[in-house]
Amino acid sequence: MKYEANIGLEVHVQLSTKSKIFCGCSTRFGARPNSQTCPVCLGLPGSLPVLNKEVLNRAVKVALALNCKIAGKLKFDRKNYFYPDLPKNYQISQFGEPLSYQGYLEVAGRRIGIVRVHLEEDAGKLVHPELSVKTSLVDFNRAGIPLLEIVSTPEISSPEEAYRYLSLLKSILGYLEISDCNMEKGSLRCDANVSIRPQGTASLGAKVEIKNMNSFKGVKDALSYELSRQEKMLAGGERIIQETRLWDAAEGVTKSMRSKEEAHDYRYFPEPDLVPFVIEPAEIEAIKDQLPELPGSKKERFKKDYFLSDYDAGVLISSKDLADYFEECVKSYNNPKQISNWITGEVLAQLNLRHVRIKELGLLASHLAELIKMVDSEEINIKMAKQILPELIEKKSSPAEIVKNRGLVQVSSKDQLAGIIDKAIEDNPGSVKDYQGGKVRALEFLVGRVMRQTKGMANPRMVNEILKERLKNS
Amino acid sequence: MGLNELTAHEMLAKIKKKEICSHEVVKDIFKQIECFEKDINAYVFLDKQASLNQAKARPAGIPVAVKDNICTKGKPTTCGSKILSGFRPPYNAGVIQKLEASKAVFIGKTNMDEFAFGSSTETSCFGPTRNPWNLKTIPGGSSGGSAAAVSADQAILAIGSDTGGSIRQPAAMCGVVGLKPTYGRVSRFGLIAFASSLDQIGVITKDVEDAALLLNMIAGHDPCDSTSVDLAVPDYTQVLRAGVKGLKIGIPKEYFGRGIDREVEDSVRNAIKKLSDLGAECREVSLPHTEFAVSVYYILAPAEASSNLARYDGIQYGYRAKEENLLDTYFDTRKQGFGREVKRRVILGTYALSSGYYEAYYIKAQKVRTLLKKDFDKVFSRYDLILTPTSPTPAFNIGEKINDPLKMYLSDILTIPVNLAGLPAVSIPCGFTASGLPIGLQIIAKPFNEEAIFKCAYAFEQNTGYHLKKPEIEHK
Repeated sequence: MKYEANIGLEVHVQLSTKSKIFCGCSTRFGARPNSQTCPVCLGLPGSLPVLNKEVLNRAVKVALALNCKIAGKLKFDRKNYFYPDLPKNYQISQFGEPLSYQGYLEVAGRRIGIVRVHLEEDAGKLVHPELSVKTSLVDFNRAGIPLLEIVSTPEISSPEEAYRYLSLLKSILGYLEISDCNMEKGSLRCDANVSIRPQGTASLGAKVEIKNMNSFKGVKDALSYELSRQEKMLAGGERIIQETRLWDAAEGVTKSMRSKEEAHDYRYFPEPDLVPFVIEPAEIEAIKDQLPELPGSKKERFKKDYFLSDYDAGVLISSKDLADYFEECVKSYNNPKQISNWITGEVLAQLNLRHVRIKELGLLASHLAELIKMVDSEEINIKMAKQILPELIEKKSSPAEIVKNRGLVQVSSKDQLAGIIDKAIEDNPGSVKDYQGGKVRALEFLVGRVMRQTKGMANPRMVNEILKERLKNS
Repeated sequence: MGLNELTAHEMLAKIKKKEICSHEVVKDIFKQIECFEKDINAYVFLDKQASLNQAKARPAGIPVAVKDNICTKGKPTTCGSKILSGFRPPYNAGVIQKLEASKAVFIGKTNMDEFAFGSSTETSCFGPTRNPWNLKTIPGGSSGGSAAAVSADQAILAIGSDTGGSIRQPAAMCGVVGLKPTYGRVSRFGLIAFASSLDQIGVITKDVEDAALLLNMIAGHDPCDSTSVDLAVPDYTQVLRAGVKGLKIGIPKEYFGRGIDREVEDSVRNAIKKLSDLGAECREVSLPHTEFAVSVYYILAPAEASSNLARYDGIQYGYRAKEENLLDTYFDTRKQGFGREVKRRVILGTYALSSGYYEAYYIKAQKVRTLLKKDFDKVFSRYDLILTPTSPTPAFNIGEKINDPLKMYLSDILTIPVNLAGLPAVSIPCGFTASGLPIGLQIIAKPFNEEAIFKCAYAFEQNTGYHLKKPEIEHK
């Protein structure tokens, strides 16, 4: 039997505001434990939360970027449960009326629904000193850090699609500059709901929740594992039970954590310490006006304005910095196609090699543009340009300087080339014969000889032309 | 007469004339405390030397006693509960910051029902407070310590909190003035929450002018409390002498029914007559949903309380049971740290919020709360004030209702609706029983119209003089 998957993703994003959601404490990562706390985020008796306006603005930004409707009234709820890292033993979240709802994300031509986007506070963190197993320490620096929960509808149909959804989501959040989306620092976390059902049937299968996935690849792997686990169970006549499972990346399996029977009753009710209020339509409009161009529309514009392929445009817009960099290059030298080729090829290779992002690479857009211009005007050939690129990055001098310093001026003089070409013809009579016998590829060999002779500095176009002319005449 | 018997406005007048200074008043207060505190037990924390030093530094400072559920930086704040034993907040409540700015002198923390759950100040882990008018009786609750301290001249002014009548009811029983301002008028920041949507800090004083004076000191917006309202605060002392002529006063028939003590009803009826004589227009009105107020309150208040009290788990501060694992630490900390009434309400509230019952209890109660509010809105569209008794009975005996929670809950039947509707209300003395116990008159106004209350209360007080009578405190 064939099965189809229903995957829903719950993504928690840490909003990179300077201060916490309900108090003025710093949100800096990596500070000394409990150094960034106050009575409010510690939930000390008598303390009261006050909503950080900047958190709200950023949340609205995200909601609008995800095509969501914004709630008429903003209110918070309490989610009650006991845990030692939860200062008040309740979490201030949004349950009944989320900040925003009914949005969607276009993922590779398919619309994935967004059920809701809502705000909540983070809890603290338990620290277990290695030597004394009986002790747990609590670090509350993270308590009160603003989180945005983005819940998709369970209509993602494959691990690959989940991966694409997350990549696009991350890219959008990057464009909005509201989070660093660093999974290792915990600023982006993802849980998944997975169920399968026989193809063509209507009702959803038993839902399994997967937690503990700490990379996009982890999400993809965990989903693949879980789907095949569920298929095998159904095929073997077993019943899938509703439960929460943890992804064990080391073993590559999901493991049962708790079943539904142990599930919590969170006793949600409206947070009486925060007055509900209305976000004025004018405020929403003002935020809408501030929204940057998002990846989807940027891609379309790149295709239209710069005549780029869908793939190239897709690569360039994958991060805002890269797209900005591309446009800066185009401003210096108007040859978008060549610039796109260089960025998606050589520049990305350099980024991967150095494990840096474009901003950290140190390659000025004007330098890259100049380099490409020199190739186009045949001052240097492409091989030379590729050699120069790392030097451009490391030495930070201009391409013209480097070319000059290394004496890398392309040999374009017919007289200079004629002798070398004649010698190549003389030394390789076999190839000459092949070429004249109709083997076009033999020409490439001869060009290669000439290039080697000139240490790559010959103008390949001229070499081609002269060679063809000579071979015709001889 | 000791200087401790002065009201705040009398004291300020004398200070202005350079006849006395705060230090002498504080000395007399502590003399009184040393004489009667072991009988009354109004305070749970006193630091005589610190108070005297502060009074020396603040020669015009008015001595204030503060209920033990209001955070005082570096000084014990325990809510009358073992679970907060040893807790000293690292910060001052909003009202304390305002009192500091007014250069008030801090006398001590006053006794209260544990977490303000009660109407008799008997559930405190520090033992009950006794009513200065009769030591066999309770002082009312939960701000019983504050009311008893003011009544017994062990403080000039006191701060209390009122969730369902916890300022007005003890004020009535101790023969003093107790004002619960409009919800949002005074910052709740640093008030240890009982039921957040009902709690309000207010004042307990010897007369109405002092209530206006003290409210002036603590009212106003606090950016640390999003429920506090950003509205200009009038000078309440300026409206006192405006009189009651032309004031339209509603007398809700539902507040004079079954369960109201005969002597209480008679005193309140006399008070209504007195105000009519002074020129107020008093007419009978109806607040038809009154009978549901106690039921609504005992769903909503415990629901919020169960959540507010979840933080007392022995992890960060206060009492912790020494146990091997987390679950036992939670269970035993709360089992040993909380008293019976607290456990009762936490269980009630947890039940009311649990899935499956939430709609039937919490949501239903919220709906009825809205109806109660609408009752008041309707009356206040035509009337300036509403007059009722404060408490259905005068002070009852210690131990009389402690094992009958339902009977105890009815002590606040006349004050609870005001909290549910977020209104301001005062209790002022309006008579005495044959056995010499004080009786309170409740005056209710629409939101942020404390001024109307002050006008009416002051006129009544100045034309009757019940507030001048002092208890003759006996030793146990």
